[in-house]
Amino acid sequence: MAELKVVHYLNQFFGQVGDEDEADLPPQRKEGAVGPGKALNQALEDKAEIVRTIIAGDDYFNENKEAAQEKIREFLQQEDVDIVAAGPAFNAGRYGMACGGVAEVADELGLPFVSGIYPENPGYEMYKQYGYFIETGDSVGSMRQGISDMADLIFRYFETDGSPGKPKEAGYLPRGIRKNFFREERGARRAVDMLVKKINEEEFETEYPMPSFDRVEPKPAVKDLGEALVAVVTTGGIVPKGNPDKIEASSASKFGKYKLNGVTDLTSEEFETAHGGYDPTYANQDPDRVLPIDVLRELEEEGKIGKLHEYYYATVGNGTSVSNAKAFGKAIGEELVKDGVQAVILTST
Amino acid sequence: MVKEIEKAGLPVVHVASILPISKTVGANRIVPGKAIPFPLGNPKVSKEEEKKLRKKIVEKSLEALSTDIEDQTVFKW
Repeated sequence: MAELKVVHYLNQFFGQVGDEDEADLPPQRKEGAVGPGKALNQALEDKAEIVRTIIAGDDYFNENKEAAQEKIREFLQQEDVDIVAAGPAFNAGRYGMACGGVAEVADELGLPFVSGIYPENPGYEMYKQYGYFIETGDSVGSMRQGISDMADLIFRYFETDGSPGKPKEAGYLPRGIRKNFFREERGARRAVDMLVKKINEEEFETEYPMPSFDRVEPKPAVKDLGEALVAVVTTGGIVPKGNPDKIEASSASKFGKYKLNGVTDLTSEEFETAHGGYDPTYANQDPDRVLPIDVLRELEEEGKIGKLHEYYYATVGNGTSVSNAKAFGKAIGEELVKDGVQAVILTST
Repeated sequence: MVKEIEKAGLPVVHVASILPISKTVGANRIVPGKAIPFPLGNPKVSKEEEKKLRKKIVEKSLEALSTDIEDQTVFKW
C-alpha cells in the first residue's frame, strides 16, 4: 500500500459507464483505479495510489451542480484521502466544469487538487484558483503526456510540502493568485530595464502578461442615426441609488437593466456608481459624467438620434472575469437586438 | 462585453478612458474618454463647459457609429 492516497474523479465516459446515454448519471464510487486512472496509478509508482474513483455524468454534474458537489463532498469526507485528482478533461467543456466543481469541493475540505485541462476550457477560467491544473492538448490524444504531468505535479506537491512554486517552474497553469515577495530591484528600475531591452529588440520577460483576446468583425455603420434606436451600456457601475441589484463593487457576477422612461438627466439624488475601482466622487456628483443621458436626450430632441432606448444596462468592470463579461455582453446584445436597437454606446471608466 | 454585443449584430462605440484596454479587448470603434473617474465630463470646468465637452464626445461617438470601418479605429475629438 502506497503512502499517499488519491481519490480520482472521472466522467461517465472515461469512467467506462457509458456515452451520452449515461450523461445523467449521479455521482457514484468504484474501488481502485478506472480507465485513465490506471495509467495515472502506474505513473504514481509506489509513492501514491488511487484508492477510489468517483464517476458522474457530465450533464448530471452541470445541471445539478449543488447536488453533485454535495454527494462528492460526502464521498470525500468518508475517505482517508491525501489528494484529489480529476480528468484530464482536455477541452471538453462540461467535463472541465465538473472537474472544476470537484476542485471547489476539495478546496473547501482543505484537500489539494490536481487535474489536467486545455487552457480555453471554461472550467479552467472558472475554477483555476481551487486547485492545480496542468496544461493538456485539446483532445484525448494528449492523454499520455497529461497523465505523466499530473503525476509529476502530485510528486512535487508533496515533496515541497504543499508549496510547489510558481506555475512555470512547477508546470501548472497560472491560478490567478498573486503572492507578495521581495525583489532586489525596485519596480521602476525593472520596468525601465525591460523597456530598454524591448527598444533594443532583446528578449525580456514581462512580469504581468496581458490576457489574449479574440477579435470581432466591425459591423457596418448605421446609415441614418436620426431614425435609429440607440442604447447605452456602461461598465462604470451607474445604478439607481441604493444599487437595487446589489452589483458587486469588484468582480461583478451580474449586470442590471434600468428604466430610462422620463429620465432626462442623471442626478445625484437618483443615481450613483457601484464601481469600486475608481474614485466615485465625480460620478456620484453627476452620473452623466459616466453615462451621458442629459446630452443624449438633447441629441434626441435635435433629431441627431431617432430615439434613446427605454432601458440602459450597467455592470461594474473591475476585476470582472473575461468569462463573466462575455456572458453579460452576450445576454445584453441578444436583448438589444430583440428590442430593435440599432446602435450601442458603451462607456467604460 | 463590447465584442459580444457586436457579435450579436449591433455596431458598438466604446467610450473608454483606458485606451490600451479598449484596444486589447478588441473594440472596433473607440472614442477616448476624458479621464477614468469621469470619461464624459470634467469637474474642473464650469457646468456649461462640461456639458459642451460631454456633447462633443457623444457627437464623436455618433460619428463613429455612422462611419464604416475595416479595422479597429480610434475617433479622436
